[in-house]
Amino acid sequence: MTKAFADKVVIELTVNGEPVEARVPAGQHVVDFLRQDLGLTGAHASCEHGVCGACTIRVDGSSVRGCLMLAAQLDGSDVWTIEGLSDKEAIRDLQEAFIARNALQCGFCTPGMLVAAEELLAQGGVPERATIREHLSGNYCRCTGYEAIVDAVETVAQQRAGQVQV
Amino acid sequence: MKASAGGYARANNLSHAIELLALSDGMGRVLAGGQSLIAAMNMRLSTGDMLVDISRVSGLSGVIDEGETLRIGALTKHVEIGAHPLIRAHAPLLADAVSFIAHAAIRNRGTIGGALAHADPAAEFPACMLALGATLHIHGPDGERSAAAEDFFEDLFETSIKEDEILTAITVPKAEADERQVLQEVARRSGDYALVGLCLVARSSGHRISLLSVASTPILARNAMTQLDQGNVDGAVAALRAEIDPPSDTQASASYRRHIAGILLRRAVAQEKGDFA
Repeated sequence: MTKAFADKVVIELTVNGEPVEARVPAGQHVVDFLRQDLGLTGAHASCEHGVCGACTIRVDGSSVRGCLMLAAQLDGSDVWTIEGLSDKEAIRDLQEAFIARNALQCGFCTPGMLVAAEELLAQGGVPERATIREHLSGNYCRCTGYEAIVDAVETVAQQRAGQVQV
Repeated sequence: MKASAGGYARANNLSHAIELLALSDGMGRVLAGGQSLIAAMNMRLSTGDMLVDISRVSGLSGVIDEGETLRIGALTKHVEIGAHPLIRAHAPLLADAVSFIAHAAIRNRGTIGGALAHADPAAEFPACMLALGATLHIHGPDGERSAAAEDFFEDLFETSIKEDEILTAITVPKAEADERQVLQEVARRSGDYALVGLCLVARSSGHRISLLSVASTPILARNAMTQLDQGNVDGAVAALRAEIDPPSDTQASASYRRHIAGILLRRAVAQEKGDFA
């Protein structure tokens, strides 16, 4: 087959603020790259067809499905995973609210859930509970029944808007 | 499962992308947002693809006001379509459709061109194109050609795009001042594929009704359109239920889909007339 197409692709990107260079297989998706090559196991590979949301990460400022993007497509991108967001305490209030409200049990969905929730919160204001549910509809949780998750996200929105004491 | 790609190449520009397709020995597969393609690759529904990544090609994204039409670049993302002032003002059906498509993280990467080229009969944008009477612009080795939406969708996941061609833009007529555009659908959960969906466009030249999830392609319901042009809503519902032949599957039976289609038409008419929010 022609050399125009590569089996392995060299990419340069930043992950959690650190520069990364890598040579990745053409068909490898982002979550496998993060987990297996970089040891960042926070984002989870689960359904691998975009339904469950456990792999949700932040790429160039937007939430994306890590299983529906190829690592080869990351060249030049700015990637943030739950590890980096935790280390820089970017979503500490949200993480604390999840703990306070029992918004996780097994925790498998939590990294993706937090990235998705933060994208909504970053839009500002206090979203309606229906809006929170709609925004998180692509992130499955099999433990909590979602009510506590919506509670936590709503609480943080209210805190950030100055409507309740932290 | 894990994807099995044949190879990957990042296109620098449109002519490079077309050149890469020509070099792929018929195994070329255009990769844009990847929100359907990479899922299919992960499930090994598609293997050995020589991926031509056009997601970084400049000039294929954004919306231009051409006077009587809007030209929408194929790489314009769903999230951009939903928020774009020109789309909201002149093709509100497309902005409304975005809220029905999958979930936020998928809308952040999925592209309108990708959705149309993929031609999933359960997807919203293909049915919108039929209802709006859109024109699709396709580039190949010999330059650009155009296809009417009615000629573009050929079969399940099949379009008139040839192996050596790329969908680059869509033009849609701008809505008339009193034109109404409505999308109604029923899905079991938010973001799921619709059991049935229906687009209704009411313009001075007449009504256009298209459906998703009732056939191997999105379809126009021409008999129902004729009845609605005559002001006969009951007749339109009866005509619609008679002219569609929806599939039965694990999600819904054919008779349930036929029933829902009629309900959706009544809801769309009520919404179009302002009786239903």
